[in-house]
Amino acid sequence: MKYWIGCILVVLALAGLSLSNMNEYLFFAGFVILQGVVLASAWNILGGYAGYVNFGVPAFVGVGAYTALVLHLAIDAPLLVQIAGGMVTAGLLGLFVGLLTLRLRGIFFSIATIAVIFILEAVVMNWRYVGGATGLQLTRPEVMAPFESYTRMLFVVMVVMAALAVSVARYIQISHIGRGLRAVRDSEEAAECSGVPTLRIKLIACVASGGLLGAAGTTMPMYLSYIEPASTFNLTWAVSALAMPIIGGMWHWSGPLVGALVLGTLQEAVTVTISSELNVLVVGVLLVVFVVAAPDGIIGLIRKWKTSSK
Amino acid sequence: MENILEVTGLSKHFGGFTALSDVTLAVAKGERLGLIGPNGSGKTTLINCISGALFNDAGEVRFKGQNVARMAANARTQRGIARSFQIPRPFGSMTVRENLLVPLSYVRNLFGAKAVAEADALLHDMGLADRADVLSNQLSQVELRKMELARAMAAGPDLLISDEAMAGLSGAEVEEVLDILFKLNAKGITIIMIEHIMQAVMKFSQRVVCLDAGQIICEGSPQEVVANEYVQRAYLGD
Repeated sequence: MKYWIGCILVVLALAGLSLSNMNEYLFFAGFVILQGVVLASAWNILGGYAGYVNFGVPAFVGVGAYTALVLHLAIDAPLLVQIAGGMVTAGLLGLFVGLLTLRLRGIFFSIATIAVIFILEAVVMNWRYVGGATGLQLTRPEVMAPFESYTRMLFVVMVVMAALAVSVARYIQISHIGRGLRAVRDSEEAAECSGVPTLRIKLIACVASGGLLGAAGTTMPMYLSYIEPASTFNLTWAVSALAMPIIGGMWHWSGPLVGALVLGTLQEAVTVTISSELNVLVVGVLLVVFVVAAPDGIIGLIRKWKTSSK
Repeated sequence: MENILEVTGLSKHFGGFTALSDVTLAVAKGERLGLIGPNGSGKTTLINCISGALFNDAGEVRFKGQNVARMAANARTQRGIARSFQIPRPFGSMTVRENLLVPLSYVRNLFGAKAVAEADALLHDMGLADRADVLSNQLSQVELRKMELARAMAAGPDLLISDEAMAGLSGAEVEEVLDILFKLNAKGITIIMIEHIMQAVMKFSQRVVCLDAGQIICEGSPQEVVANEYVQRAYLGD
């Protein structure tokens, strides 16, 4: 109950902020940071809980973004329909990819997920309706009341999406699905022999993770007023989605949240104060530091500190 | 007595290597069966085929009258086959109690306080009550072996396959594990014990089956099997 009260209060507080006269850039940056929360929480469901490292994040983000675009172009669908459509399509992609690849383990699974990116990027590059390789410039629809700008509205949408992603990740972790996924990560054979239907729960994780990754991509076309395949299917999505849970901690739902907030805020600060080129360097350095010095992430460090201070 | 497990004409190949060739075996309900054989004789492959960790290439595995040969391992566990592993495979990120909660929730649909109470009762029976909250990767060898047996028991099995549960243990620890297995059998659980420690096999088994090069070369009472010429040749060479 505490979690839900806290969650609702945070969502209301952030939504309230969007109605204030704060600088527009803060919402622009806040959108990116919250998108990181969605990506990290979604990725961690399969990558963190089950130990199946999915490098195919851009494929799911891309499917979400292009589904939203198609719905916008074809039927001028409202944003919520675009998001729902993107989630469903990316969830179905998760199911399809899962059925094909989840019998593979370790590096073979990861390589198979990379292949999905290139296949989908090639499809989009040759699809004129969505702009092909050059992409499409988009005109944002009218902003809805009470928001002053489309960016503020998208910020609130992303706040709700982040709350949804964190809540789904939390539910999966504390449910017996989460326990089954942890068992899979520790020893898949022992999990099977303990009655865990490993393929089924991995598919559930793949669909939930894929659907949320897709949802994170649905708002991209309207956020940037532009979409093209090279940046939509860029591997940096995968690096970020993987780095944030590693930095925050992969064993608990709060890890990706903390990692995304820390890394996202740092990247935005670096972009404003130094240069956007340094973003990737920040991710790389932090990733190496945490993998070497604190493999359980920030949440792991806090737990260790709490245990030792008792 | 009624058979709980019937293996008929079981074969398994790994590429050109024949791990099991036309193995036929029946285990009676409530029986204590010892499975012996030199290294590489196919013992673990046989129990992998029975438990579902591997699919056999030919033959049948009938458990409680039903052919389970094409079932996934988790489905066989749901039907009452549980096992421990030759090299212990704890869920290392979980506590000892949480290890047991996995089969309790997935096989017996027990959750919350009921599941915890059942897990604690099982750990008490195994002498691990005071280790319930310890991470399972911090257990000693004998504790790991007991935890694996407790985890297998948490699935509420009718057939327990113990794969070298005494490997690497001291004499006193072997007795401790044997005592546990006897108690489980007294509750009506059929047990197949794979073991290299012959004293333990002799003491525990009502019947012993000896495998060599993927084939059953002898079966009978422990005394008969130990005295068998083929068994002696398989272990000691010509």
